[in-house]
Amino acid sequence: MRIVVGQGSCGIAAGAAKVYSAIKNIVPDTCELTITGCIGMCFLEPIVDIYDGNNLIKRLVKVQPSDAQKIIAFVSGDENAVNDIEITDEDKDFLLKQTRIALRHCGVINPEKIEEYVADDGYKALEKVLGTMTPEEVIEEIKISGLAGRGGAGFPTWFKWNAARQAQGDYKYLICNADEGDPGAFMDRAVIESDPHNLIEGMLIGAYAIGAKEAVVYVRAEYPLAIERLTKAIAQAEEKGYLGDNILGTSFSCKMRIKAGAGAFVCGEETALIESLQGERGMPRLKPPFPAQSGYWYKPSNINNVETFANVSWIILNGGEAFSAMGTENSKGTKVFALTGKIKKGGLVEIPMGKTLRDVIFDIGGGIKNDAQFKAVQMGGPSGGCIPAELLDTIIDYKALGATGAIMGSGGMVVMDESTCMVSMAQFFLDFTAKESCGKCVHCRIGTKRMLEILNRIVKGEGKNGDIELLEELCYSIKDGALCGLGQTAPNPVLTTIKYFRNEYEAHINEKKCPAKACSELLSYRIVADKCRGCTLCSKKCPVEAISGTVKSAHSIDTSKCIRCGACYNACKFNAIVME
Amino acid sequence: MSCCNCKKSDLSLIKDVLDKYADVDGSLITVLQHAQDIYGYLPTDVLYHIAERVGVSPAKVMGVATFYSQFRLQPVGKYLIMLCQGTACHVNGSEKIEKAIFDELGISDGETTQDGLFTLKNVACLGCCSLSPVMMINDETYGSLTPDKAKEILKSLKSKEA
Repeated sequence: MRIVVGQGSCGIAAGAAKVYSAIKNIVPDTCELTITGCIGMCFLEPIVDIYDGNNLIKRLVKVQPSDAQKIIAFVSGDENAVNDIEITDEDKDFLLKQTRIALRHCGVINPEKIEEYVADDGYKALEKVLGTMTPEEVIEEIKISGLAGRGGAGFPTWFKWNAARQAQGDYKYLICNADEGDPGAFMDRAVIESDPHNLIEGMLIGAYAIGAKEAVVYVRAEYPLAIERLTKAIAQAEEKGYLGDNILGTSFSCKMRIKAGAGAFVCGEETALIESLQGERGMPRLKPPFPAQSGYWYKPSNINNVETFANVSWIILNGGEAFSAMGTENSKGTKVFALTGKIKKGGLVEIPMGKTLRDVIFDIGGGIKNDAQFKAVQMGGPSGGCIPAELLDTIIDYKALGATGAIMGSGGMVVMDESTCMVSMAQFFLDFTAKESCGKCVHCRIGTKRMLEILNRIVKGEGKNGDIELLEELCYSIKDGALCGLGQTAPNPVLTTIKYFRNEYEAHINEKKCPAKACSELLSYRIVADKCRGCTLCSKKCPVEAISGTVKSAHSIDTSKCIRCGACYNACKFNAIVME
Repeated sequence: MSCCNCKKSDLSLIKDVLDKYADVDGSLITVLQHAQDIYGYLPTDVLYHIAERVGVSPAKVMGVATFYSQFRLQPVGKYLIMLCQGTACHVNGSEKIEKAIFDELGISDGETTQDGLFTLKNVACLGCCSLSPVMMINDETYGSLTPDKAKEILKSLKSKEA
C-alpha cells in the first residue's frame, strides 16, 4: 500500500504538510508514504490518496492530522476505518467530468521524482522528436493540433515557433512565461509544482523546433514551491541526460535555467518580460521587431506560457489530430481554468473547448456558494471582463468569449453572486491596473488613474451626471493609445460592467444607492421598531454611540452619527436592523 | 524607522553575491533579490555599493528597485503579513480582514507596528484562491479567514512574543 498526500501550495496552506508529518510519525515500514502535487480539488484539501500498486483504492478528503490513526488502521486491514472521510460520489464527478491533458500528471505522480514521470510516458515525446522528427515536422504537428497560446492572447503556437525558426541568428532563446500575475489564476503554478518535467519536456521540444540552445523559465517570485520543485526537476533532467549537451545522444544541446521575477504584472507582456530578464525595469518594447526577430539580448526568441508547453508532449505522442479533434472550429484542445470566488467547488478545471460557462460553473463547480443567485463571472482577470448570468450558455471559445467583451485570458474564472457590486469590482481592477501600469504610455499611466478617481467617487456616492460617458471615452482612448496588452485591455472590466450592469452605475450616481448593498458609504441602517426587543446588544456594539434606547424598548439609530460600519446589523439576533 | 539609512550596512555580507553576479549581464534584479534576502530590505548604502560594483548609475539601481513590488527600501517587522488582494480574496471579503488587522495591530498597508513586530503588506494574488481570503505570515499560509480568525492568529503571535 502507498499513502500519497497532495502537496501543492493550496494543499499545504490547507494543512497537508501537518497531515503528512502526522502520518509519517506512525506509518509502518510495510507502507510507503509519499507526496503528489495539486489534485485540483482545492475545496476538499487536504487530500490523501491510498494506492494498492497503481490502483487508487481510496481518496480521503479534508483530512486532519488527527485522522492519521484511521488511515494507518485502514492500510493495516480495517476496511471501514476511513469511511467518514472518504470522498463522496458527487465530489468524484468534479474530476470525472474533466478531460485532462495539460494537467494529466497533476496529483498523480510525485513531482520530485523523475522516475515517476518517466514511468508515465515521460520524455517519450522528446525521444520521438529527437529520434524521428525534423524541427519542421514538429512545427507542422503543432500546426495540425491547432494549439494556441494559453497565456491569454490565443496566438497560434506554430506560427510563433515558425517565425523564430525562420529568423536569422546564430543563437536563439526559448523562454517560458511563468509570471502568472493575473489575480485569481493559479493553473501555471499548479503545473510547475505538480508536473515540472512536463514543462521541461514541452520546452525542450519547442527549443528543438526553433533551434534554441538556451531556455529560461521566468517564474513569479511569489511561487517559492514552484521554483524549488522546478529547480530539482532541472537538476534531475540534467543528470539523466534529458538536458544539457548532446541530449539523448543526439547533436541537440540545450541548457535551462530559472529566473525569479520580482513582482510586476506588466512582465506578463512578452517584451516587458524580456526587459526584466535583462535586469531592467519591465517596460514593454515597441513591436516590431517582434521577439522572434529580436528578443532576449536582441537575439531571436520565442516566448510561450506554461500551459501551452504543458500540452506539447501530449500532442507529439498522440498526434496533432487527436488534439484538434477536441474543441470548436477556432479553438482546439482543452483549457485549464482556475475556478474560484463564490463557487461551491473551487479548484482547477480542464475541459475541452466548446463547453459552456454553465457546464463549468454549475455542472462541475456545483453552483454558487450558499445557493445564492449567480450574478456574473469574471474571466481573464484585469484584462478581461465580467460576463453576466444571461450569457451563461456562451461557449468556451476564443471568439465567442471575445464577443462578450471579456477574453479567454489565462484561465482565471472568478464567480460572483448577488452580493458583489459590479461598480466596486471595476474599481478593484482599475486600482490594480493603475498601480501596475509601467508608466511608459501617457494614456495608460494617466488614463487609468483618472478612471480610478471617477470610480472611487462613484462608489462613495459622489458620482456625477456624465461620469459613465466620461469613463467610456477614457476607455476607448486608452485602448487606442496604449502600447502593450496591459493598457489596451485595462478598460475591459469597466466596459463590460457598463455594458451589462449600467443600471448599477446609474443607481450609484443618480440614487446614491448600491443595489448589491456592498458599498458601505451608500448604505443606511434603520431599526424596525416592531422587531426590536430592546436587548441593547446593538447599542453596545456601536463604536460611535449612534444607537439610543432603553432596555426592552425599541432602539433607534442616529444617522448623523452612524459611520455605516454594520456592527449593529451583524450583532442583531432578531433581524430588526435593515440595511438599505 | 527614520534613522535606518544613517546606519552603515555591513557590505562584506554581499561580497560573494557580487563576486558571482556583478559582471554577468542582466543580473541586477538577481543581485537585488539576494541583497534583500541578506539585509531584510534594501538599505541605501547597499544600493550605492551595488551600483558601483555592477557598473551602472545609482539612479538606475533605484529605478529597478522601485519598479518591482518585491523590493522594499525600509526594514520590515519580525512578522511580515502578506494579505492577498487577488480577485477571489476580494470577492470573499479581504477588505474585512484588512480592517481586522488594523483593529488588532493599528497598521495599514505598508506600515510596521511600533514595536517592530508586524508589517502589513497587501500583495497581488498568492494563488491559494480556493482558500480565500488568505494571508501569509512569514512562510505560513492562513486560509478561509474571517475577521475574528485573523485577529486570533495575530493575538497568538503577539502572546508568543510577550
